[in-house]
Amino acid sequence: MRVRVDLDLCQGHGTCAEEAPEVFAVDEKGSKVIVRMERPPEALRAKVKSAVRFCPTRALSLIED
Amino acid sequence: MTAADATAGAATDPGVHPGGAPPRRVSGGLPVLGHLLELRRQPIELLSRAHAECGELAELRLARLPLVMLYGEEAQEAFFRAPEEQLDQAAAYPFMKPIFGEGVVFDAPPERRKEALRNQSLRDKQMRGHAEVIAHETERMVEGMGQQGEIDLLDFFAELTIYTSSACLIGKPFREELTPEFASVYHDLERGTDAIAYVNPHLPIPSFRKRDRARRRLVELVTEIMEARKRSGQAKGDLLDILMRVHHDDGRPRFSADEITGMFISMMFAGHHTTSGTAAWTLIELLRHPEYRASVVIELDQLYADGSEVSYHALREIPRLENAIKETLRLHPPLIVLMRKVLYDFHYKGWTVATGKLVGTSPAVSNRLPECFPDPERFDPTRYAEGREEDRLHPFGWIPFGAGRHRCVGAAFAMIQLKAIFSVLLERFEFDLTQPSETYRNDHSKMVVQLAQPCRVRYRRRPAKVQA
Repeated sequence: MRVRVDLDLCQGHGTCAEEAPEVFAVDEKGSKVIVRMERPPEALRAKVKSAVRFCPTRALSLIED
Repeated sequence: MTAADATAGAATDPGVHPGGAPPRRVSGGLPVLGHLLELRRQPIELLSRAHAECGELAELRLARLPLVMLYGEEAQEAFFRAPEEQLDQAAAYPFMKPIFGEGVVFDAPPERRKEALRNQSLRDKQMRGHAEVIAHETERMVEGMGQQGEIDLLDFFAELTIYTSSACLIGKPFREELTPEFASVYHDLERGTDAIAYVNPHLPIPSFRKRDRARRRLVELVTEIMEARKRSGQAKGDLLDILMRVHHDDGRPRFSADEITGMFISMMFAGHHTTSGTAAWTLIELLRHPEYRASVVIELDQLYADGSEVSYHALREIPRLENAIKETLRLHPPLIVLMRKVLYDFHYKGWTVATGKLVGTSPAVSNRLPECFPDPERFDPTRYAEGREEDRLHPFGWIPFGAGRHRCVGAAFAMIQLKAIFSVLLERFEFDLTQPSETYRNDHSKMVVQLAQPCRVRYRRRPAKVQA
């Protein structure tokens, strides 16, 4: 699986970093998401799915390979 | 438009769309005021008619100012994705400047605005504390309500959301310094948003005079609070304290009471009438649909059967309640038109919206597009259930919070707030409509849409739960 971010939509709320800190962080200014792992391992699937689901701006999507 | 304007406009975007067609014009409209009076009388009818007559792009006139409405998911996506260097929010809302005051939000340059809007208090990390505060404030509101009685939905929720938003966004000490007068004066401010401001926001009409009086009174109230704090010398640790402690090099305070009041008004504005109205409409829709309401009450009873905290569940999923709130937002979006000023020519398909015009989208029209929302007039919270999720399927069609880079930064906060409020209200009370269902309606005479009064409901306290 792959993580995709639409930076037009991200506002840096940081929900994803709370749900899946292994995969997401927010940049220093707190304005945009940083994807730390573009291809997260299968073990993190549930967390990544929550991050996608609860993103307040719907900027994240999960793409299956 | 002069030839010089046309050349300047084209120069900013060379070669891409060398002068597309201008949008079609909507019928009607008066010689001087354009569609302004119709916008004040029947805005949703006007905005729907524009779509029906002209299709994806429709040009109206607000007095001398052309407003090009964009309709349909594709055009709306283009609107929401445009950079703010091209489509500017501030200049599109002249009725807000006298409310916020000089130097605040819409009067500040885009860069400062960006910083100010990235409000730390709306961060995910802060939400747990907010949920606690909101549950607590709702408890306080209902404390003195007795076994049964009636409330006016506008008054009740407008006051409650003054307390919740001031406590969450400015700080609990400041909230404790507020009286019901603050809420009622704040309401006069919101009523001062007549679209006639597109002619002149300072016309000597009653609602603008009242608006200016209300703003002066709020400054007085904040001044009194500041004076009391100075006298006591006690640190309260909220945002007001922080602002009062900023000084120029020569020791003079950096912010006047007027400026601080302006900042507080602007911080509270976006989240106040919107949340208050949505709370009221959610209750009305639940009362109009007793079967669905019963299913929400069962859902809440089950969640809270173990005595768990509202602040715990408000942060988590409460699917039936959430879906009812979403469906309420679709049918009764608090903002019915979103606007931007075009800073350089905006191109869409074969059309060009020229520099200087306004462009807009309408949540009220978009949220009822049949191609996105089958049977659009029907209140059907199951649209958002797993498998359908019409809001996620149409991120640029379901737009009660807008979309794109300017999507409401308080959307998550608003949902938590509404979940907390209804967790308390529906667990404590049963409600009934006291008026014929169709008499609950919005007053559209101002740009800030509010429930028309009377809008009363009856309540009866539920029997206390037997403690297990």
